Amino acid sequence: MNKLIRFIPLVLFVALGIVLFRGLSLNPTELPSALIGKSFPEFSLATVKDAEHTVTKADFRKGIKLVNVWGTWCPACRSEHSYLIELSKSKRFTLYGLNYDDERGLAQQWLTRLGDPYEFSAFDEEGKLSVNLGVYAAPETFVVDDLGIIRKRFAGPIDARIWRQEFEPLVTQIENERKQRRN
Amino acid sequence: MIPELGHFALIIAFAFAICLSIVPLVGIISNHQKLITYAKPLTFGMFSFTTISIMILAYSFVTDDFSVKYVASHSNTHLPYYFKMSAVWGGHEGSLLLWVFSLTAWTAAVAKYSKGIEDVFIARVLAILGMIAVGFIAFTVLTSNPFERLWPNVPLEGRDLNPLLQDVLFLIHPPLLYMGYVGFAVAYAFAVAALMCGKLDAAWARWARPWTVGAWIFLTIGISLGSWWAYYELGWGGWWFWDPVENASFMPWLIGTALIHSLAVTEKRGAFRNWTVLLAIFAFSLSLLGTFIVRSGIITSVHSFAADPSRGMFILYLLAIAVGGSLTLFALRASNVASFSRFALYSRETALLICNIVLVIACITVLLGTLYPLLVDAMGLGKMSVGPPYFNAVFVPIMSLLFVVMGIGPLIRWKKAKKGELRKQLFSPSILSVIFGLCFPFVYGGEFNAWVAMGVTLACWVQLVVLKELLNQTKLADGLRSFSRITLSQWGMTIAHSGIAITIVGVTLVSIYETETNVKMNIGESVNVAGVDIRFDGVKQVQGPNYSADQGQFTLSKNGEFVSLLQPERRTYLVQTMGMTEAAMDAGLFRDVYIALGDPLSGNAWAIRVHYKPFVRWIWLGTIFMALGGGCSVMDKRYRRKKEKVTPTKVVAANKDNDAVIQTSMPQSISKQS
Repeated sequence: MNKLIRFIPLVLFVALGIVLFRGLSLNPTELPSALIGKSFPEFSLATVKDAEHTVTKADFRKGIKLVNVWGTWCPACRSEHSYLIELSKSKRFTLYGLNYDDERGLAQQWLTRLGDPYEFSAFDEEGKLSVNLGVYAAPETFVVDDLGIIRKRFAGPIDARIWRQEFEPLVTQIENERKQRRN
Repeated sequence: MIPELGHFALIIAFAFAICLSIVPLVGIISNHQKLITYAKPLTFGMFSFTTISIMILAYSFVTDDFSVKYVASHSNTHLPYYFKMSAVWGGHEGSLLLWVFSLTAWTAAVAKYSKGIEDVFIARVLAILGMIAVGFIAFTVLTSNPFERLWPNVPLEGRDLNPLLQDVLFLIHPPLLYMGYVGFAVAYAFAVAALMCGKLDAAWARWARPWTVGAWIFLTIGISLGSWWAYYELGWGGWWFWDPVENASFMPWLIGTALIHSLAVTEKRGAFRNWTVLLAIFAFSLSLLGTFIVRSGIITSVHSFAADPSRGMFILYLLAIAVGGSLTLFALRASNVASFSRFALYSRETALLICNIVLVIACITVLLGTLYPLLVDAMGLGKMSVGPPYFNAVFVPIMSLLFVVMGIGPLIRWKKAKKGELRKQLFSPSILSVIFGLCFPFVYGGEFNAWVAMGVTLACWVQLVVLKELLNQTKLADGLRSFSRITLSQWGMTIAHSGIAITIVGVTLVSIYETETNVKMNIGESVNVAGVDIRFDGVKQVQGPNYSADQGQFTLSKNGEFVSLLQPERRTYLVQTMGMTEAAMDAGLFRDVYIALGDPLSGNAWAIRVHYKPFVRWIWLGTIFMALGGGCSVMDKRYRRKKEKVTPTKVVAANKDNDAVIQTSMPQSISKQS
């Protein structure tokens, strides 16, 4: 019996090892979302630029939409910002911002100083939409297709490499689906 | 051509490591003395070629050889030369090479400074370290080669080092931290060697002690520098964030602290043998786990290197072999002999055992907090994160318990204490600490605060007890006192425990009394924070070597008298187009005034953040004491005896309060492999 006790550390370690092994196949940036495959939730929020101007889901343009959750309190958002500006030049999709848990003044300065890549940025101080989307940290980026269906949720800053690996194929796929629908 | 030499040197070091891990063990099994003596030369060969390899990488950085992919991604011609050197460990590949370098450096040190240890044992130790080196050099060469070239499209300019890492502290923080991390490999190798030859006696504990304490010193300073760096570089004014990577270095520290105390008991009293071996295995296992967490990308963290599952897999294999193997060995070979030395409930052994258990529990809570998000994810229950609230809630009570027992430990006798005497000894320190603790918040803060009272009481308690023990030790038989009687070990313990007390004061007071003020300031306006007037004199444009910055000018004065000029900056690094806040602080022993420049507002106004941080320096001051204490204990002369035919009687002579160990420590000169 006494001898068996000595195997306890080994057994505990094996259990930990299994968890770590499982962990390797999980990607912490790939957030599962109950919303994938569902339509983007309805919302009604003021924009960052204008507290009087309310935007809703109907204000989304046709085509592919990227919704980027950001906040001035989030250092990673700053690091992806310059790439977002580059992305905003693309005609293949429209980029929208969702400013989360922030102060309007700070958010406005951010956009003036660093440039504004967004078609518009909804101001979600109380987390109304963010909670519906299940946002748990910034930055996160959602891909919404032509039909308003959420196709992807990505946590973490986007750069050129991540764009090529994670987003580019999906955008192409959505475009192909669009062509097929037309035919 | 030159980078290839570096790559090649690393491969030669790999070959040395393979030989080192096989040849001496073959020699021991076949009882071939000559093969055993190869262990040391092989170690030096491995160390030399790793050194050449890392020097060549540094050379490639200094000469801006952007054909090397790693240099191109982490350096830039405009980077000052000292940051080019530190960029060697600015990314995954190079820092892994640093890891390997630290390991081989420790191995070489063990080979060089082990004259008092029998050859067969040290050959085993070196062979085990060689095996670890095989694993990590293979990891570097196969998955993360820092010498990979970018042919034929050599970039003209590098992508620059992450601005956060462009800091003087970053020159020394990673090497020290790695020396600490990796240093536990030595304790691990001693423990496994002891298991292999089945002699879990006091001897291996005595041999392993200075190495373990050495690693612990490095880790202490490394963690402390990391915390200091976070404090002034991140610009948030925080000094500990319970980030997974911080936790990864803190867990080995907690276990390492338990280990150095447990080793003391095993050495002096022959008790806790299996427990000590387990701790030695766990300390290094946690270092490996930390490496895994940081480099596999399974947990998101500020520090994470580029995630790559294949790398994670490799470390997981290493972890499985190193930890799984040693724990299996432990299960099969752990000492069957019940501890020779019995001890009573009221004894220093008990106090140390409790401290040990508390430290292990503390480590487990940190481990759980760190891995919990992963655990939940692995079980398919969704994603979540664990933040400082969890850690603070569980850590404060655990540590408070530790400090209470830690106070009793130094004053209590080994084996069996006399109850009445213990009470007499502890009476005055406890009363004094409680009184001081209760009064302190009134005097300092003007009102009572339970947390402050508790923290200060505990700090006093820890401090007074070690001082009292020091005084007790100076007592001579004739009632006189003499400080020359105190051994360096005793000084070490006193200083290190004082360090803990100092850190407790710092952590408690800064957590409770710190203030943060966010203000909008126009040029010429003043704000008063904790009695210091801060006048904003505008913003200057300044140019750094690879950045441009807005530099705020703040004049601090107290009662009209000039104190200092603070110049916090907002830098924009040109290559990575990344903004950085460089806070400025007026530092003092009792308070820091910490200013971070925010955003420009309308007109000439700026958003300014001012932190007032009382006693914040004490946190790091304490760690300096801890490291100094460790240093004293390593320097103790009983570790530096030359090789001699140690007979049981001499062992007794070396350990002054030793009576039960004698039977357990074999005459080392005649012991053979199992």
